[in-house]
Amino acid sequence: MRGTWGPRLGTIALAVVPVAFLGVFFVLPLSGMLAQGFWVDGALDLSGVAETLSRPRVHRVLWFTAWSSLSATAVTTLLGVPVAYALYRLDFRGRHALRALVVMPFVLPTVVVGVAFRTLLAPAGPLGFLGLDGSAVGILAALIFFNLAVVVRTVGGLWEGLDRRREDAAAALGASPWQVLRTVTLPALKPGIVSAATVVFLFCSTAFGVVLTLGGLRYGTVETEIYILTTQFLDLRAAAVLSVVQLLAVVVLLLLAGRARGARSHALDRVAETSTRRRPGRRDVFALVATGLVVGFLAMPLLTLLLRSLRDAGGWGLGNYRSLGTTGGGNALTVPVWTALENSLRIAVDATLLALTLGLTVAFLVSRPARGRAQRRGRAFLDGLFMLPLGVSAVTIGFGFLITLDEPPLDLRSSPLLVPVAQAMVALPLVVRTLVPVLRSIDPRQRQAAATLGASPLRALLVVDLPAVWRPGLAAAGFAFAVSLGEFGATSFLARPDRPTLPVVIYQLISRPGAENFGMALAASVVLAVVTVLVMGAVERLRIRSMGSF
Amino acid sequence: MLTVRDLTVRFDGTTAVDEVSLDLPTGEVLAVLGPSGCGKSTLLRAIAGLEVLSSGTVAYDDQDLAGVPTHKRGFALMFQDGQLFPNQSVAANVGYPLRLRGTPRVDAARRVAELLELVGLPGHGDRLPAQLSGGERQRVALARSLAADPRMLLLDEPLSALDRELRERLAGDLRRILKAAGTTALLVTHDHDEVWTVADRVAVMQAGRILQAGTLDEVWRAPVSGEVALLLGYPTILEGEPGQQLARAGDHGDVASVGAIALRRSALRVDPAGRLGGRVLSATVTPDVVRLKVLVEGLGEMHAVAAHDADVRIDHDVLLRVDMSRTAVLPGPAPAPRAASSVR
Amino acid sequence: MSNTSLTGRRRTVRLASVTLLSLGLALGSTACSLGGSTSESKGTAEEEGAPENTQVVLATHESWSVPDKVLAEFTRETGYEVEVQASGDAGALTNKLVLTQGSPIADVVYGVDNTFASRAVEEGVFEDYEPQDAPASVGDFEMPDDAGAAALTPVDFGDVCVNVDDAWFEDQGVEPPRTLEDLTEPRYRDLFVTPGATTSSPGLAFLLATIAEFGEDGWQEYWTELMSNGTRVTAGWTDAYTVDFTAGGGGGDRPIVLSYASSPPFTIPEGGEEPTTSALLDTCFRQVEYAGVLDGAANPDGARALVDFMLSESFQEALPENMYVFPVDDSVELPDVWARWAKVPEKPLNVDPSTIAENRDAWLTTWGEITTR
Repeated sequence: MRGTWGPRLGTIALAVVPVAFLGVFFVLPLSGMLAQGFWVDGALDLSGVAETLSRPRVHRVLWFTAWSSLSATAVTTLLGVPVAYALYRLDFRGRHALRALVVMPFVLPTVVVGVAFRTLLAPAGPLGFLGLDGSAVGILAALIFFNLAVVVRTVGGLWEGLDRRREDAAAALGASPWQVLRTVTLPALKPGIVSAATVVFLFCSTAFGVVLTLGGLRYGTVETEIYILTTQFLDLRAAAVLSVVQLLAVVVLLLLAGRARGARSHALDRVAETSTRRRPGRRDVFALVATGLVVGFLAMPLLTLLLRSLRDAGGWGLGNYRSLGTTGGGNALTVPVWTALENSLRIAVDATLLALTLGLTVAFLVSRPARGRAQRRGRAFLDGLFMLPLGVSAVTIGFGFLITLDEPPLDLRSSPLLVPVAQAMVALPLVVRTLVPVLRSIDPRQRQAAATLGASPLRALLVVDLPAVWRPGLAAAGFAFAVSLGEFGATSFLARPDRPTLPVVIYQLISRPGAENFGMALAASVVLAVVTVLVMGAVERLRIRSMGSF
Repeated sequence: MLTVRDLTVRFDGTTAVDEVSLDLPTGEVLAVLGPSGCGKSTLLRAIAGLEVLSSGTVAYDDQDLAGVPTHKRGFALMFQDGQLFPNQSVAANVGYPLRLRGTPRVDAARRVAELLELVGLPGHGDRLPAQLSGGERQRVALARSLAADPRMLLLDEPLSALDRELRERLAGDLRRILKAAGTTALLVTHDHDEVWTVADRVAVMQAGRILQAGTLDEVWRAPVSGEVALLLGYPTILEGEPGQQLARAGDHGDVASVGAIALRRSALRVDPAGRLGGRVLSATVTPDVVRLKVLVEGLGEMHAVAAHDADVRIDHDVLLRVDMSRTAVLPGPAPAPRAASSVR
Repeated sequence: MSNTSLTGRRRTVRLASVTLLSLGLALGSTACSLGGSTSESKGTAEEEGAPENTQVVLATHESWSVPDKVLAEFTRETGYEVEVQASGDAGALTNKLVLTQGSPIADVVYGVDNTFASRAVEEGVFEDYEPQDAPASVGDFEMPDDAGAAALTPVDFGDVCVNVDDAWFEDQGVEPPRTLEDLTEPRYRDLFVTPGATTSSPGLAFLLATIAEFGEDGWQEYWTELMSNGTRVTAGWTDAYTVDFTAGGGGGDRPIVLSYASSPPFTIPEGGEEPTTSALLDTCFRQVEYAGVLDGAANPDGARALVDFMLSESFQEALPENMYVFPVDDSVELPDVWARWAKVPEKPLNVDPSTIAENRDAWLTTWGEITTR
């Protein structure tokens, strides 16, 4: 058994850092909270399981979570795929602006989106006649609104690099456009679609602010229920039961998704992007119409927000934006909004770096070709492990931080690192999901060729993996940045008041009486969305000048 | 000098390479010949350090290479499909090993130009791999491998992805280039023609084991079995009585000791002085000769050739002369499934 | 053999160090960019290493917005620096304290209110402390003796009351409601909006108001009637007020909203003299916010000093403008608009804190059933 330990130990060593990170910031707090619920007087007590699961309210909540997440995911995916096609495969003026528009909802604070949606849907609002206020349809619409970006960007990024010649070949063999789509394009995109749908489902099933605002009290999800049980009732037993249910559901989902993605992702023939895009033609009508509808759907709440932000006590104008340099009416804030924006940007840079470093490591490990079944299983496990934080309640983790990270060497409860760490944990799965398909599509023999030419593993990485991962990596970085800028749940739980982030400040403004504060909150939201989109755009435009110099 | 001893590689219970031992003297070209799936690529990858050995040793110049990582072995591996870095220019690809070694820019540029010249692609440095034809890509890959100045070059079916004409031409070039550079090389292939053109020595591999190894001539003259003979490109094997009949017709000395006899397509030639008679079943004209299928009494359907001016007509009888230099006499019987007078 | 494993190990070490290096870089840059903003307020790490404990950590809810200059005054007077840890609402804050009992997240807490305080007191979260020179009026707001009077110091109060849009009622020629009872009358059908008791702190206060008014056995029927009269229940105060309320700026359709006694001054129109809305003073529940020293505090002296400071004139004066609450010290001068328009109910509705602690979960469960029926 010569030489078998070398590479295996190397892999394990590389895995140690991200696994330790997840262990400290996810597994430990989660176990701490579960122990609070299940470990009574020094003994395991599972009596809460049956009791909790027999509550009619819990039944309602579980049922609603399942069907709302499933249907929102289905609709988001169905709408997202044609939009991804239109925005990443067709060449028309304004597609960059539209791509930016699609991302905007993703970063808006949920409270603000909730208000924007309710402003539209409330009986007195412009869409009041639909009678959707406080209905499940309203919640679904908001979930779709938030998550379209995930599908459009993940699938679009993959589609952009897909070799068109394969489709042309199928067409030349007599396949109709529909058959080409079904037999060639969709199978090639499947890993991306499944990945995106999985992430969307996790986002939907753990959606919190939106469900609370739009669902009122009639609709609750497992996530809102855990929040209420934990923060209002201090019923940690029931909360722990629901957290376990969440965890199990996520594991099952990931297993299913792993199977659907296929054990071995197809090697993609990635080509230079310019060659895959073309002018829209007649057969693109469906995709363009779908995109038009989606854009309208996204634009409406955004416009509502923009218009309301442009109205202050004196009528139309930029008064709300001018106030952003202040701490609000009656000093609602401890820092001016611009300072909060600066805080947000700093933290987002940290969170992005963290998510990217860890995400690259994980994606790298997961995408290595496995020798034997044990390794394959190990990699799949690692892959799934880093998706878990998306599916588990932020409240549980947040409270878990408090009770488990309180002693040296892990006395981190009041560390300023906690906010970027929490945000990085949310962004990490997105980074991993973006990079894994790309890394898997690299022929391992490329690295071997480099090695036989004398390149050390690191040099081989630079010449083979980096060029392939560069652009998707930047896209992932942009995404992580957006996640961080918009993250509210964990941040509000952890934010230190001398450095509140923009979403936290927006929430503070909107919770205070006074038209001035409300207007400022909306203006700040618009600023948040615009800044995010600008930063993401800038990040994605970065290029390495001469790739050959590595 | 490469020394491989009892090398075994197993994957999840199946044995891909089974106790293989090989020697390759410095400066020579060894071809490992075998059908696809016989484990020859795995053997090559194991020598390169890309596969984990289940047992056995790989040594170069008496240094055991266990634990020496691929990039420190100094064996450049050239893949079937080249594996050029797609986002680097031809010159950057070829210059990659030079950059790894920190060769000064000017020297590197000169060496790249030399190598491109050597592989017959002068002035192609600025192209991208995607802009090259398959043959050109393989030439660039070869130049890149040579740029590493390897102690030994490993070639994994370097020509098999190319069309026949190009393959024949490149095979000749490859031999010329390897010899010009004085490189020790290990080539794996399923194409016996490639072996003849490129290699000095050959090892015949089947189902993970080396069946026979030696210089081209040794192996060619005396295949140890019908199996090897078939792999070496002898299309026809006659065993038992038909073999001895043929040996007699060819004036072979010790007819009784002939277990079987392997024939090339050109072992029988139409000749009025021939001692075998048969009827022509079909004829194909090629630029060099006319290829025939002839039904020979007692032997069955046989390959034969005729000169362009010979009088050959379908369904007419002809006389055939046996050219024993185009046959190989085997000691034992041929393997059962490919029984007597199998024709490919 | 040994050769193999040694090389393997060496490679392993190298890989691990590469990873650690990159993580280090990421964390390092994190520290850099976070460190950049610490120029005004000193970082924690520095303080922790200091021999003298000059830092007081204050845990509070997310509505905290006391200006830095007030806290600077505290530092000037006592030498202690305050680090504020604010997050969550009063309920989340209380439960955090209970969960971290014995290993507190701070030295002192501010913002635990009378609807949640008893639970924390029962769990032994606080250390007993009563400030020496408390203003006389503080006594009116003390917790009952059996529910933590010794541990908790009242700092401010606010009244949660039903607010009405007087302008709207005038336009419609309808008499606005005056009492809780009125809200169930048919002429106010579909006009009332309130945040929910399980998801919002004023919502809980309103539920307690109805329990105080109709009794522990009567409120269920009242809520049933309220719901059948078309009451809309939202998740939070924000969307009730800014989306549904007719005078909240969002163009809503409900002229009656559950808000605060201090809300009306915010509806004085530009150039106008008086608010267009008013609070119904017979519908109010009083929320009192308390401060307390945490058991196991790292800096108990600093914690006590901060509690004292919260009763000082400068802190009390800052409360109305910044936190929208009334100071417990009645000698403090209120801002002009407050003095004129933010009325204080004389007899707010009240439920004994121990009773709340005992019944809250059951009440909320029942309430949840009634409102989602």
